[in-house]
Amino acid sequence: MASPHSDPSSAPAAGASPFAYAPAPESRAVVDIAPSYGLFVDGEFTEAADGKVFKTIAPATEEVLSEVAQAGEEDVERAVRAARRAFEKWSALPGSARAKYLFRIARIIQERSRELAVLETLDNGKPIKETRDFDVPQAAAHFFYHAGWADKLAHAGYGPDPRPVGVAAQVIPWNFPLLMLAWKIAPALATGNTVVLKPAETTPLSALFFADVCRQAGLPKGVVNIVTGDGSTGAALVSHPDVDKVAFTGSTEVGKAIARQVAGTRKKVTLELGGKGANIVFDDAPIDQAVEGIVTGIFFNQGQVCCAGSRLLVQESVAEELIASLKRRLGTLRLGDPLDKNTDIGAINSAQQLAKIRELTGIGEAEGAERWSPECELPSSGYWFAPTLFTGVSQAHTVAQDEIFGPVLSVLTFRTPGEAVAKANNTPYGLSAGVWTEKGSRMLAVADRLRAGVVWANTFNKFDPTSPFGGYKESGYGREGGRHGLEAYLDV
Amino acid sequence: MSDSSGQGRLTVLKTYKLYVAGKFPRSESGRVYEVTDAKGRWRANAPLSSRKDARDAVVAARKAVGGWSGATAYNRGQVLYRVAEMLEGRADQFVREVADAEGLSKPKAAAVVEAAIDRWVWYAGWTDKIAQVTGGANPVAGPYFNHSAPEPTGVVAVLAPQDSSLLGLVSVVAPVVATGNTAVVVASEDRPLPALSLGEVLATSDVPGGVVNVLSGRTAEIAAPLAAHQDVNGIDLTGADAALARDLEIAAADNLKRVLRPAAGAPDWTADPGTRRMTSFLETKTVWHPTGALGVAGSSY
Repeated sequence: MASPHSDPSSAPAAGASPFAYAPAPESRAVVDIAPSYGLFVDGEFTEAADGKVFKTIAPATEEVLSEVAQAGEEDVERAVRAARRAFEKWSALPGSARAKYLFRIARIIQERSRELAVLETLDNGKPIKETRDFDVPQAAAHFFYHAGWADKLAHAGYGPDPRPVGVAAQVIPWNFPLLMLAWKIAPALATGNTVVLKPAETTPLSALFFADVCRQAGLPKGVVNIVTGDGSTGAALVSHPDVDKVAFTGSTEVGKAIARQVAGTRKKVTLELGGKGANIVFDDAPIDQAVEGIVTGIFFNQGQVCCAGSRLLVQESVAEELIASLKRRLGTLRLGDPLDKNTDIGAINSAQQLAKIRELTGIGEAEGAERWSPECELPSSGYWFAPTLFTGVSQAHTVAQDEIFGPVLSVLTFRTPGEAVAKANNTPYGLSAGVWTEKGSRMLAVADRLRAGVVWANTFNKFDPTSPFGGYKESGYGREGGRHGLEAYLDV
Repeated sequence: MSDSSGQGRLTVLKTYKLYVAGKFPRSESGRVYEVTDAKGRWRANAPLSSRKDARDAVVAARKAVGGWSGATAYNRGQVLYRVAEMLEGRADQFVREVADAEGLSKPKAAAVVEAAIDRWVWYAGWTDKIAQVTGGANPVAGPYFNHSAPEPTGVVAVLAPQDSSLLGLVSVVAPVVATGNTAVVVASEDRPLPALSLGEVLATSDVPGGVVNVLSGRTAEIAAPLAAHQDVNGIDLTGADAALARDLEIAAADNLKRVLRPAAGAPDWTADPGTRRMTSFLETKTVWHPTGALGVAGSSY
């Protein structure tokens, strides 16, 4: 697929291009992954009470990277107790002292950014250029941003002396392991809470390395606790009676289960869940820029992004031109070794996720949508899925309704702005949307009517610690980032 | 109320009705229940709303969302201020109803009514300020214009407090509609008359039909279909006891309604309300746009 032969009119034979890329792999030597990791509780790495472990693998090669402790109820209990003990002193620290710890963490993440980027790429399967240029710098930026809030909370608009909530239970997904950790831990600590965080089962390593960052920063014991495990660990954590706050990023199904589980308690909850984002392209949009935005929208991180622009809504009059241009662009995407600096598309995170993508795309075909992928050689080991387009998609199609969480784009068309908005909003989700038009008034009118927490106009998939992020409708509630995100961790 | 002494004029009793879609229907079920004053004396029959009444009210509230949320904040402020004007004019009636419902002396009931009117005025003034207080520009690290603003959640079911029949009621309804939501209000079960009369005030205050809908009856019976309704976006559980609130919160999780739980202790309705009741039913939307550049010098001059 790296070769230009997907454009049949001008393509030489595969492999004959004089401009073929040479491999440019990032070295693995900067990361030293231990053969096994325990749980990080009260400042110490310890084994699970029942000694259970699970393996974490590199999805690009299926190589076992390490063995990690599987936390059970007893371990969760121990972690929550540690966080509770630490809470009293941590919350009583002057904000300026908490700020300094967070600034230290931000700086250490920056210092260790190459190591963390390679580690994240190994454990997650995403391209090194993404972990290097996005995940890790954004994680550092989140700590840096929130550090500054710690001694300014009285000015945040939540009263003269807003108090922390207490112990936060945080459960994060596998698509941006370190960044989601930063989104959760940075605001929690800045506001004076202590945390027990459960990373995703398939991507536990960067959270465990973060434990070492906390050690280097001299963070007091018990302020951050990391319990690794599967869904049962997460369930034990969010249902623990001594937890005051639950923050979850993941599927809408699990989010609803958590919302039921906390009913009748005083636990504060924020949920950042699924999405089926629409990317709306009007006929006056600059086609080349829109194509780049569409590609960023759905193929960034292999489409394993809750706010991915997984539905392309294109105005009928430019649909043909746009789709041709999009196909040409997809032919130049490079899929393969995530550690290669030229790689655009990495591995799917797990066999389970790959099976789900295959199942949903199979349904798309069976329901009559037209499927297209560029010619694309997939590596023989690991979990891979070629970038895929569905055209001729109607709103009733499964691929237009269900979140696929993979590199799969469904293309629909519209004639009027009203129709575009109606189609964009025709989903239970409401996380993100994109608008592409050169006309400012149309952009604002459409953005105003989209029921989505984030609207990207003439851009897509942009994030910043100062910018609140979160959904409408069944994409969840609460915001992360910015002044807004502090509320979730304050007793207000 | 009725004068049976044989002396003087026989008074005209009021038939209390629901307020739905700007109209005053009886319950579709044809049911009523007896409302008594604090001493147990009969005061009126109130409609005993059914599940169907709740669903009809949701339909009305949904229809009203576009117009009300799309109105200018200035316009919403004037409409809500008009509600206060109408309340002021009918203060005597509300004093009677509140005194009966809550067993208050006339001066105490009058103070409650005054506080309720003042609360409408307070929220009327919030309509065009809440977006500035809760939204704004975000200084992102890149060449982007980035702006966050609050938007109404949509249709909100409001279980009015059981005790405070007017001041509590106004304190939970006004923040929901001031921010551009529409409401389906379940009145205090035993003290519904001020709420039903409030419907009459709203109907004469330029509040578009369907923006506020008032149902009377058994809180648990009406709240259950509202909490489970897929076209309701939020629910304020203030009027539910702990057990009912838990059940409703579980039902509300089905479409991830925004839930405002009942306060831990008995709420003090005379206290400064703060902004939390408004922000509970607001969504934050953030819009990004590239800023572009004007050439190498950063200036077009």
